[in-house]
Amino acid sequence: MPELPLHALAHARAGDKGDRLNISLIAYAPELYPLLVEQVSESAAASVLAHRRPSAVSRYELPKLHALNFVFDGVLDGGVTQALNLDSHGKTLSFALLGLRVQVPDELMKFARGATRKR
Amino acid sequence: MAERMLVGCGAGYSGDRVDAPIAVVRDLRASGEPAAIIFETLGERTLALGQLRRRENMATGHEPKLRALLAPVLGDCIASGISIIGNFGAANPPAAGEIIAGLAREAGVSLRLGIVTGDDMLDAEGLEVLRACCADLAADKALVSANVYLGAAPIVEALHNGAQVVVTGRVADPSLTLAPLMHAFGWAEDDWPRLGQGTMAGHLLECGAQVTGGYFADPGFKDVPAPDLIGYPIAAVARDGLFMIGKAMGGGVVDRRTVTEQLLYEVHDPAAYLTPDVTADISAASLSELGSNWVQVDGVTGHARPEKLKVTVCYDGGWLAEGEISYLGPNATARAQLAADIVRRRSPRGLRIRCDLIGVMSVLADDAGEAWARLNEVPDNEDVRLRVAFAGPDKAEVERGLQEVEALYCAGPAGGGGIRLALRPRIAATSCFVPRSAVKPKVEMVEVRGA
Repeated sequence: MPELPLHALAHARAGDKGDRLNISLIAYAPELYPLLVEQVSESAAASVLAHRRPSAVSRYELPKLHALNFVFDGVLDGGVTQALNLDSHGKTLSFALLGLRVQVPDELMKFARGATRKR
Repeated sequence: MAERMLVGCGAGYSGDRVDAPIAVVRDLRASGEPAAIIFETLGERTLALGQLRRRENMATGHEPKLRALLAPVLGDCIASGISIIGNFGAANPPAAGEIIAGLAREAGVSLRLGIVTGDDMLDAEGLEVLRACCADLAADKALVSANVYLGAAPIVEALHNGAQVVVTGRVADPSLTLAPLMHAFGWAEDDWPRLGQGTMAGHLLECGAQVTGGYFADPGFKDVPAPDLIGYPIAAVARDGLFMIGKAMGGGVVDRRTVTEQLLYEVHDPAAYLTPDVTADISAASLSELGSNWVQVDGVTGHARPEKLKVTVCYDGGWLAEGEISYLGPNATARAQLAADIVRRRSPRGLRIRCDLIGVMSVLADDAGEAWARLNEVPDNEDVRLRVAFAGPDKAEVERGLQEVEALYCAGPAGGGGIRLALRPRIAATSCFVPRSAVKPKVEMVEVRGA
């Protein structure tokens, strides 16, 4: 089964409140939503930010929007008022999640974007 | 009474494009429908920065771009009956009121201004409440600002009193939009489903272009027409609360992708988005594209508002310093790492230090940008910029760390160049919750006579 980064299947946006980060993950096509639900578990999402040692990760399902919403606690080094990171808001981390690789069944490959695109 | 109202957004944050309101107001006027325009210019720390400016000069502390944002549209809004509602009062709503009055006189426009205060908790009474409610409150002298999030009610009161422009300090962002809807449609303060809908319309508007193709483009995957000329958002809200999101003429795009991203932006539990007005619920929300950059949002509702109100407390957060230096060509990464090691060894103990290695192509390139055509030929990790960040409570200590980056020119590894140094004070923030009974919003009305 082909393996692709989430970037080919979904888009995402990150937002912060204090030391808490949320990342929405939105399937480009409704047909891809079950794949996200199955493969992008809380622990799979947490693995992307493992080095930030999240204290908790929650996932909310929004089937009508074919979207998932992840909430990561304690991953922003104290957040915008304390972190030494260039991106103290964690705004760029949406694309860290989109780097996660998932298995895509052949019948869903037609919904993937940029799969044949050269980098 | 109107069956539908348009609410446009002229700014989504303090650093936003100042020409954005012009197209929004033009389209609101052309519609001929009842309309308002909101300006959301307060981030978590923006208000604290305003408070610091106000300490220096009592006539400041408001949004610095207020004149630039309002001057081009104030006269047109008043002439067309478009209400203006903004939290651009920041730490000093009365001073913002003075500026708006001045702009009106210059333009020969008469108007009625509503000024909302009562969010500032840094007086004796407010501090007493904070001490009782906030476990980790900083010492008084370190406090820079403490502002409670007010809801829509005082803005509704100002509109009810005939305000054409309403200036606030800290108000929950979606309340800026909810208030004119409550005023226009007579929604009750406990009509939770309606307040939930108006709040989420406000949520979609409050970050400006973020729902119309801003913060969205990903070349080859999500392309945005004319991203340099994005039309800012306009919501069309019906009396029953159903709403759709569109945009002013210009570039950008409104479709289910842009609206979904913004609907979930800074949301935690989608069934409980808390504001002072309502607990909004988007867990069953759905979207339909109506064409021409309009998206209808169905299934939004609301539940009873939270009992307590949130206060953001900002205090002196010490100093942040950043120093950078570049290394190029063979072994660049090793030299940058060695430089980081030297700085770490020589910096004062106890300072927080972080080192980053940055770089795609910078110091190798040319002013005309010709080198970008050969980006793919540049080996990885051969145009490396070391960034060192320091933080600590003591300015002199942080400066000493920074000085160690500067000294890399002559005493560090081979071939370092392009040093940049920056030092700035930092605002720290925390939040706590206070009872509603401890908060007393005030609404002051001011008549301005144009010349």
